[in-house]
Amino acid sequence: MTKNKTQPKKDIKKDVDGLSGIETTGHDWDGLKELNNPLPRWWLWVWFVTIIWSIAYFVLYPAWPTIANATKGTLGYTQYKELKESQDEIEMRQAAYLERFEKASFEDVMNDPELYAFASAGGRTAFMDNCATCHGTGATGFEGYPNLQDDAWLWGGSIDDIYTTLKHGIRWDEDYDTRVSMMPAFGKDGILTRDEIKSVVHYVMSLSDKSIHADVAGETIFMENCAACHADDGKGLTDMGAPDLSDAIWLYGGDEHKLYETVYYARAGVMPAWQHRLDENTLRQISVYVHQLGGGE
Amino acid sequence: MNAQTHPNYNMDVVKLFTLATCFWGVVGMLVGVIIALQLAFPVLNIEPLLTFGRLRPIHTSGVIFAFGGNALFATSYYIVQRTCRVRLWNDKLAFFTFWGYQTFIVMAAFGYLMGVTQAKEYAEPEWYADIWLTIVWVAYLLVFLGTVIKRKEPHLYVANWFFLAFIITVAVLHLGNAMHIPVDIRGLKSYSVTSGVQSAMIQWWYGHNAVGFFLTAGFLGMMYYFIPKRAERPVYSYRLSIVHFWSLIFIYIWAGPHHLHYTALPDWAQTLGMTFSVMLWMPSWGGMINGAMTLSGAWHKLRKDPVLQFMIVSLAFYGMGTFEGPLLSIRVVNALSHYTDWTIGHVHSAALGWNGFITFGALYMLVPLLWERKEVYSLKLVSVHLWLGTFGIVLYITAMWASGIMQGLMWRSYDEMGFLTYSFVETVVAMHPFYVIRAMGGLLFLTGTLLMCYNFYRTIKGDVRAGEVDKNGQPRVPMLNGKALSAPQEGK
Repeated sequence: MTKNKTQPKKDIKKDVDGLSGIETTGHDWDGLKELNNPLPRWWLWVWFVTIIWSIAYFVLYPAWPTIANATKGTLGYTQYKELKESQDEIEMRQAAYLERFEKASFEDVMNDPELYAFASAGGRTAFMDNCATCHGTGATGFEGYPNLQDDAWLWGGSIDDIYTTLKHGIRWDEDYDTRVSMMPAFGKDGILTRDEIKSVVHYVMSLSDKSIHADVAGETIFMENCAACHADDGKGLTDMGAPDLSDAIWLYGGDEHKLYETVYYARAGVMPAWQHRLDENTLRQISVYVHQLGGGE
Repeated sequence: MNAQTHPNYNMDVVKLFTLATCFWGVVGMLVGVIIALQLAFPVLNIEPLLTFGRLRPIHTSGVIFAFGGNALFATSYYIVQRTCRVRLWNDKLAFFTFWGYQTFIVMAAFGYLMGVTQAKEYAEPEWYADIWLTIVWVAYLLVFLGTVIKRKEPHLYVANWFFLAFIITVAVLHLGNAMHIPVDIRGLKSYSVTSGVQSAMIQWWYGHNAVGFFLTAGFLGMMYYFIPKRAERPVYSYRLSIVHFWSLIFIYIWAGPHHLHYTALPDWAQTLGMTFSVMLWMPSWGGMINGAMTLSGAWHKLRKDPVLQFMIVSLAFYGMGTFEGPLLSIRVVNALSHYTDWTIGHVHSAALGWNGFITFGALYMLVPLLWERKEVYSLKLVSVHLWLGTFGIVLYITAMWASGIMQGLMWRSYDEMGFLTYSFVETVVAMHPFYVIRAMGGLLFLTGTLLMCYNFYRTIKGDVRAGEVDKNGQPRVPMLNGKALSAPQEGK
C-alpha cells in the first residue's frame, strides 16, 4: 500500500465514459468504474430540508441531553401531558353521565333510558376485555364457563345477584364474601358405589329427557344424596349455586359419561372476585350489561 | 474476465456460502409461511415445540442471519477477491467462518425450538451461542481485512467500504447487546447486565442497527458490485457514494430510539431517534439513486434481462422501505402504527423486496460465475420467479397495510360516551382475512425461491433449457426447425 501512495498523481489518466460523456474517477476494479457525476441537486435539497426540519424540532421539543437533564423545548411538550390530554377527553365524555350513574340505584338505571344505554355500553366494553376470555365474546360460554345469554343462573339472575357474583367471585379464596358451596365427590370419596352412581345418573337424565325411564333405586339415591341442594324436583337452588338438573342445560356436558364424571369427582368452578381489579362503576356497568343480555331476572 | 483468468481466487468457500444461502433461504421462508398460517389458524400451533413463539425466532433469524448472513458472506468474499485482485487471506480461517457460522445457526435454531432464549428480538441466542458467534465474527473480520490489506488494487472499491462498515458495526452491536451474565457456567440461562429502560434502549440500538448495518449497508455492498457488473455500466456517481456512505453510517446509529416512542424512554431520546430517522431518508436514498442511475443510458438492457430486473425492482422496494421507515418514526404517525401489522408490512416490503430480491439477483449472477457456466439454466424461470415474488410481496404488504391501519384505528376508537368501541379480541377477529392473504403472499414468495433452487441445480449440472434466449435475446442453443441442434449441455 505504501508503494501505491508514492505513485505520482499523473499516472492516473483521464478516462471519459463514451456513452454519457462523463469523466470517470480513473479507477478500475474488475472492470467496474465510477462516473464523477455531482450530487443530484434535488437530493441535496431534500436532505437539507429534513435537517432544517430536525433543527426546528430540536428547538420546539425536548431533544438534547445536558449534564443534569435535557433541553425542554419551547412548546413545553412531554408525552405525559399528551397522554393526559387524550385521557381528559375520554373522562369528559364519561363525566356527563357518570355523576348521575354513581347516585342511581339499579332500579333508577333501568328506568332511565339514557343511563341504561350508558351502563350497557360501558359494561360491554369492560365485559369484552375482562369476561370474554372465559364466557366468549357473545357471552354464550364454553364447557365449564356458563352461558350468560340463557335464563339458567347458578347463583341467581337478578341484577343484584349478578353484581354480587361479579364483585366477590365464586370460590375465590382471597375474597371473604365470595360465593361458596361444595358438591361432594360421591365416587372418589366412597359415598356411593359405581352402580349407585350409574343409577342416579340415569335418574338425573330422565328429569330432562322423558324418553329415559329411570328405576326407583335411582330416585331414592337422588332424594337421599342430591335433593338437599338440587331440590326434590331437581330444579336446583341458587342459594347453594346448585344448578337446575331438569332444564337440559349442562355446564359440563349432559351425556352419561360426563354426568358420571360429574357425580364421581364433583364440580367446583371458580370465578375471580372482580372488585379487586375493576372499580365500582365498571362492576355496576357490567352487571347491567350481563343482565340485559337476555336472561336477566 | 471469467474466473479462469484468476485461478488463484478462493471460490470454493464462496460456493459453500452460496449453497448455504439457498438452503437456509428455503428453511427460513418455509417457517415464515408456517407461522403466518399459525396466526391465521391458531389450531396449527402444536405444543410445545411447534408453536408460534418457538418458531417465530427461527423464521426471523433464519431469513436475516442464515439466509441473509450466508448471502453476505458469499458475496463479500467474492467481491473482495475480485475487486482487490487477490485470493482471500488465510484459507483455513475462511473455511472456519463457513463451518463456524453454520454451527452458530444450528445452535441458535435448536435453542429456539427448545425454548432457550434471551428474549431480545433478533438477539435471542443465549450466551454460549453469543460467544461462539463472536469468535466466528472476529475470524470473518480478519479474513476480510487481511484480504483488503494485501490487495493489488490501489483503491478500495465502494462495495468493500459497505462490507467493512457492516462487519465492524455488527461486531460492536453484538458485543453491546449480548452483555449477559450466565446464571451458571454449566447452564443455558443468562441475565442481561442492564435492566429496565437502559436495557430496552440498548436492545433497540442493536435492533435498529441490525437493520441499518446488516440489512442495509451489507446488502448495499452487494448492490454496488452486481448492478454495475450486470448492466456493464460505471457506477453513477463516486461523490454520491462517498457522501451517502458516511452520512448513512453516521446517522443510522442514532435512529434506534424510534422503536421506543411513548415508553419509559425519556422524551429527548425519542425526539433524537425520530429526527435522525428523518434525516436518514436521503442518505438511504443515495444508494437507490446510485444503483438505478447506473442504468442511465442503458435502460434498454432492463427489457430482456430478468436478472437485472430483479435488482432494479429490489431498489424500488429499498426506496419504498427507506421512505416508509422515517415516516413511521415520526411520533404522531407512530402513535397509530406502533404495535400494529403496519410495522410487519413495512419490514417485509423491505426484507422481501430489497434484501430478498437483491440477493436473488446477485445469486443468479454468482452461480453461473462460480460453476463456470455462461448463464443460468433458464432465464425464463428467473422471470417466473420475479413475477411470483413480486406478486407475493404485493399481496403480503397490502394485506398488512390494510390490517395494520385498521388495527390501529380500531384500538384508538371510542364512542361519544367515552368507551372503547372495540375490544382487543374483536380487533384480532378482524385481522383474520388479512392473515390468510398474507400467508398466500408468503407461499408465492417461497414458491419462487424453490424455483430458483431448481434453476441452480440444473445450472450446476450444466443444463440449458431448450428454447432459451440469453439476456440480449439471442438463442442460447442453436435451433433447427424448432428443435435443439445440439444436446442442451453447456460444457466447461
